[in-house]
Amino acid sequence: MTPVLEAKNLVKTYGRVVGLDGVGLQLLPGEILAVIGDNGAGKSTLIKCLTGAEIPTSGELFVNGEPVSFKRPQDARAAGLETVYQTLAVSPALDVAANLFLGREVRRKGVLGSVFRSLDVKGMRERARAELTELGISTLQDVTVPVENLSGGQRQAVAVARAAAFGSKVVVLDEPTAALGVRESNQVLQLIRTLRDRGVAVILISHNMPQVFEVADRIHIQRLGKCAGTITPQSHSMTDAVAIMTGAQTL
Amino acid sequence: MTDLSSAFADRSTPLSRVRDLLHRYPAISPAVVLVVAVLVFGLLNDRFLAPANLSLITQQVAVVGTLAIAQTLVILTAGIDLSVGAAMILAAMVMAQSASSSGVPPVLALVLGLAAGIAAGALNGLLVTRLKLPPFIVTLGTLSIFTALTLLYTDGNTVRGSQLSSTLTFTGDTLSVLGIKISVGVLIMLALYVLIAYVLKRTAWGRHVYAVGDDKEAARLSGVRVNRVLASVYLVAGAIIAITAWIQIGRTNAASPNSGLDLNLDSITAVVIGGTSLFGGRGVIWGTLLGALIVGVFRNGLALAGLDVLYQTLTVGVLVIVAVAVDQWIRKAKS
Ligand SMILES: Nc1ncnc2c1ncn2[C@@H]1O[C@H](COP(=O)(O)OP(=O)(O)O)[C@@H](O)[C@H]1O
Ligand SMILES: [Mg+2]
Repeated sequence: MTPVLEAKNLVKTYGRVVGLDGVGLQLLPGEILAVIGDNGAGKSTLIKCLTGAEIPTSGELFVNGEPVSFKRPQDARAAGLETVYQTLAVSPALDVAANLFLGREVRRKGVLGSVFRSLDVKGMRERARAELTELGISTLQDVTVPVENLSGGQRQAVAVARAAAFGSKVVVLDEPTAALGVRESNQVLQLIRTLRDRGVAVILISHNMPQVFEVADRIHIQRLGKCAGTITPQSHSMTDAVAIMTGAQTL
Repeated sequence: MTDLSSAFADRSTPLSRVRDLLHRYPAISPAVVLVVAVLVFGLLNDRFLAPANLSLITQQVAVVGTLAIAQTLVILTAGIDLSVGAAMILAAMVMAQSASSSGVPPVLALVLGLAAGIAAGALNGLLVTRLKLPPFIVTLGTLSIFTALTLLYTDGNTVRGSQLSSTLTFTGDTLSVLGIKISVGVLIMLALYVLIAYVLKRTAWGRHVYAVGDDKEAARLSGVRVNRVLASVYLVAGAIIAITAWIQIGRTNAASPNSGLDLNLDSITAVVIGGTSLFGGRGVIWGTLLGALIVGVFRNGLALAGLDVLYQTLTVGVLVIVAVAVDQWIRKAKS
């Protein structure tokens, strides 16, 4: 099966700091791949290099087997990859609907849109409401509220909803449940399953082992900028995973 | 549970509701200040509300009010432009001198001035986006560069009204609206406010300006071309600066390389009093018009009350500090 997203030998250095030291990754269609690793292991750097947020120092990327090089996040979005970054990347002063459509605003039909560049604010709000309802995100009632008025969990929901609404091939989530309570975390996990059922492949970065073992099809373990191995919840236990993560055990 | 719900109830004190309101509508406080100032000065002196005086105030405000539109755009992106006044003088001198000494047709002279303003904006934008220098430093440098270029080009000579064609001074012509004489310059200023208000509120570019000022990295990760937005803001600012140059020529019926350097800071004053945050991403363009009018009303009203110019300057200084303090207080609600 051709991987929907594949990376070979990714290297990313920041001056003398090595963020990624030759990492490979394969994401198969319709699977949930978890990425785990200690703080500083290079998880965020890895997904930034996969999604155009950072340009890898060297290495190759393929989407459906075709070589690609993403210069900026919108290149990855155009290829059907959506990302929830660890920093959330929402604009506090803009409202929920404006954030969902940030960077891909919809203009009105006719001359108002083509000549006067007028945005279809109403249409975007309606679509935002519809998407939130369909994704089962109940915590965001009013899409006209500025994001800065929302709680941490609600902001996370905005970022997750944006990725889920527009990700046609791949959705990448960098610690999406870090700021959430148990109930909200479960909602996000449910959402990840919904995405998989739609045929979208998901990369999930998480520190929460039970969560990872609950939803993941495969688990990529990052250690010190390298991939220490890929396991499955069936082949290894949580204790094994932690041991590999910390270097106490090697594959 | 009762403890929790009372804690939530406590958060919504009348004061915090005022704060939330000001946060949502940043133009409210300058609007209140303006209305109160007009009422007070009107009560203090009959002549203040006379049509001739109101007309004078609008004309005095036209130049800084227009320049402050450019300043608002830059400040919304969390930048600052210390060079707006210097760039305006450069554009004004290009317009006036090319038409008077070089014999360029007046309309072409206006176009050349517009090009000079846009070039000045392009230079600022290029330095901010390519060299990634802070706008404060970039425009501190270009302030000197534009001033020096102007003096080199003009040899320090003023172009007098008698040497200027009617096209160049057209912005100083007036027409009567409801008994108040309004200059063409004031009308151009108002038209620009309407245009920029529309663009900021109704177009994707406007949203991107706010997003970039709010959180640059978040905007980039959301797919906004941050550098493109920044560069375009400085270009648009340059065009507005050049239009202001035309208004200035009409208002003063002359073009002098030595006047108007105060405008660099006066434009920032208008923006800040108008409720736009120096931290970027928050503010509305109409607030800036109110800010410019507040400064104009205080200057005029205090002068009519017979107070020394010193007190006008003092008052404006106090207003700026109060406005920034209010902004800090409003922003604290959200952090
Ligand atoms: N922008 C940056 N500049 C310098 N070093 C960075 C930068 N981003 C990440 N790093 C470094 O790269 C390494 C991996 O970081 P990161 O990918 O954020 O780890 P993780 O997400 O697994 O906690 C760390 O040593 C970190 O300090
Ligand atoms: Mg991380």
